[in-house]
Amino acid sequence: MTAMIDVADAQKTFTMHLQGGVELPVVRGVTFHVNPGECVVLSGPSGAGKSSILKMIFGNYRCDGGRIGIRHRGALIDLASAEPRQILNVRRDTIGYVSQFLRAVPRVATVDVVAEPLIASGVARPEAQQRAGALLHRLNIPERLWQLPPATFSGGEQQRVNIARGFIPELPILLLDEPTASLDAANRAVVVELIAEKKHHGVAMVAIVHDDEIRHLIADRIVDVTSFAAAA
Amino acid sequence: MAEPMLENDQPLLVADALGKSYGRIAACRDVSFALYPGEVLAIVGESGSGKSTLLQLLSGQLAASSGCVSYRMRDGVTRDLATLGEAERRFLFRTDWGYVHQDPAQGLRMAVSAGANVGERLMAVGWNHYGRIRDTASNWLERVEIDVARIDDAPRTYSGGMRQRLQIARNLVTEPRLVFMDEPTGGLDVSVQARLLDLLRNLVAELHLAVIIVTHDLAVARLLSHRVMVMKGGRVIETGLTDQVLDDPREPYTQLLVSSILPP
Repeated sequence: MTAMIDVADAQKTFTMHLQGGVELPVVRGVTFHVNPGECVVLSGPSGAGKSSILKMIFGNYRCDGGRIGIRHRGALIDLASAEPRQILNVRRDTIGYVSQFLRAVPRVATVDVVAEPLIASGVARPEAQQRAGALLHRLNIPERLWQLPPATFSGGEQQRVNIARGFIPELPILLLDEPTASLDAANRAVVVELIAEKKHHGVAMVAIVHDDEIRHLIADRIVDVTSFAAAA
Repeated sequence: MAEPMLENDQPLLVADALGKSYGRIAACRDVSFALYPGEVLAIVGESGSGKSTLLQLLSGQLAASSGCVSYRMRDGVTRDLATLGEAERRFLFRTDWGYVHQDPAQGLRMAVSAGANVGERLMAVGWNHYGRIRDTASNWLERVEIDVARIDDAPRTYSGGMRQRLQIARNLVTEPRLVFMDEPTGGLDVSVQARLLDLLRNLVAELHLAVIIVTHDLAVARLLSHRVMVMKGGRVIETGLTDQVLDDPREPYTQLLVSSILPP
């Protein structure tokens, strides 16, 4: 099977110029792959570099060495050396990212926050809003909130809006950074269901989850990040 | 900001080793980049970094000491800006380009009506039917959230935020492909800024505009731009995808800029 994500010997070090040029090694020798329909969970203690690896795969953090291979429209692209325009194309058509926190623009209604990725990919606004509504409904966001901007919502509600926004586009790769962190049991179950549906559609996923029960429910394979610890 | 971008399209504007010196002082040195249709590029840096000089070079308002800027005209032909005649350059500014000044008074005619401010750009490209011009002007006032009942009032009676929105309407009415913006949220209150940014963000995506925006405000760059160039001492010291440069800054000066932002 052809891997969707193929990371080989990737490494990352922060150089803190404001702290006298201190070098802060994060990870090195990061090597793993993810096949279509597979969910790989990154494990390891806080500070082991799990989120950094996810950000490197999304092109948000730069890679100091190695390769971040991504299958994009049938061809392999190395995000570690890609041009900004290529990375934007990969994000539009191939990789989705569900961060821990919602970064919303003031004044934009919740339903539009969720529909935006679909509209950007060419889906007509009414259909995009309808699909956004259906997903918000599944995630138990009451319809009376859909026309309000999510800025004033509770932490759990904002996270569910963020999950809806991240899960709505039909992209072949999805990166999940603690998608269930501040959710109650009912909503955690919905997220587990959504992840199962994505697998069924052949989506390759990399996830960070601290909850053992959720990890057990979604992981096809576990990659232990401590083996990539950069501090010798 | 995920407006569709074609992968194989041609750049709209290309800067090649652009520089400007005043005697022995180099205001801007060796700047090269390509801007594609629909792409938003932010130029960030402190005052004196050369970012405003660069914007003037790119928009052909200042002659370069070295290097050149080329632009793909509406007919598909790429021209070196330095070879355009004065009339051609002015026509480009009235049609295919917009320029949003920090101070709206520089980009508007303060004593004539809002409708005339917008309509003037249309008349300059040959529109002559009064009713159509007025309809189009009203339509644009609505798009920038100005009450159409204020169409006959002069912008000197407008608030700062309204003036800035009117300046944007005046620029966009001719459907330009490229808009230069010089600190467009500069002198505005924070709440007014947020509204303007949201408006700009939507218009840029809907109209598939290419934008070169100069700002010292990294939050503006994050919200509006795909790519950033960080300038210091007339040079581009770091460039890349906006979230990459802001979340993982590499150069000492960029790290200083990013760490100087107050948490929200």
